[in-house]
Amino acid sequence: MGVVADVVAATCLLLGSLLCLTAGLGLVRFPDVLTRMHAGTKPQVLGILLIMVGGAIRLQGWSATWMLLLVAVFQTLTAPISAHMVSRVAYRRRHVRRDRMVVDELGVAPRSPGEARGDEPADAAPSRGSPRAREG
Amino acid sequence: MTVVYWLANVLLGGGALLTLVRLARGPSLLDRVVATDTLLIIIAAGLAVHATLARDPTLVPVLVVVSLLAFVGSVSVARYIGGMMVHSSGSGQDAGLPDAAEQRTGGTP
Repeated sequence: MGVVADVVAATCLLLGSLLCLTAGLGLVRFPDVLTRMHAGTKPQVLGILLIMVGGAIRLQGWSATWMLLLVAVFQTLTAPISAHMVSRVAYRRRHVRRDRMVVDELGVAPRSPGEARGDEPADAAPSRGSPRAREG
Repeated sequence: MTVVYWLANVLLGGGALLTLVRLARGPSLLDRVVATDTLLIIIAAGLAVHATLARDPTLVPVLVVVSLLAFVGSVSVARYIGGMMVHSSGSGQDAGLPDAAEQRTGGTP
């Protein structure tokens, strides 16, 4: 029983570490922010979950198990939020390779100039004749 | 277990080094945000691997702190860049930065 549990825990740890290595490879090789996020968020959910499962198998005591579960739940809750915010800013700042997109669902309906979007601090209604406003 | 320890550490270290390459080379601030986020996750994974293989549960609260820090860091920097954006007079999708911030963050590709 102990040997089997150790083998399962070691397999989970190695798989999680392998996902961390693939995240590094993808971060170096991929061309723009969105694809790098695609690679970089692999260990953020699956890698951390695998490593937490390995730790929960091998560590003794319920307090460590509950705390590892807390980390896992927290990662799965917060990874979509941070990815959403970073990718939204990346799309608006043109850090996206649009020639590589198949579908650009955010770009189908251009807004009328001066219309506030209202979900960013810079989206307040524009002051008339602001010298900083210019074409992106 | 020693083999597993070294193998996991080599994999994690390779991932961390490649992440550091992107952190140094990243053409824009958002690339660095993504790289920092991934680097903190890899650090948390390394701590968890060490705690697991050494059967040392005292490191586990540090994991909670590191994962909190990764979330708060990436979200606050993303909000900061979003707050730097100037309202565009065009389509409203792409807003540039002020010139100084554009130079500081490396510009648009």
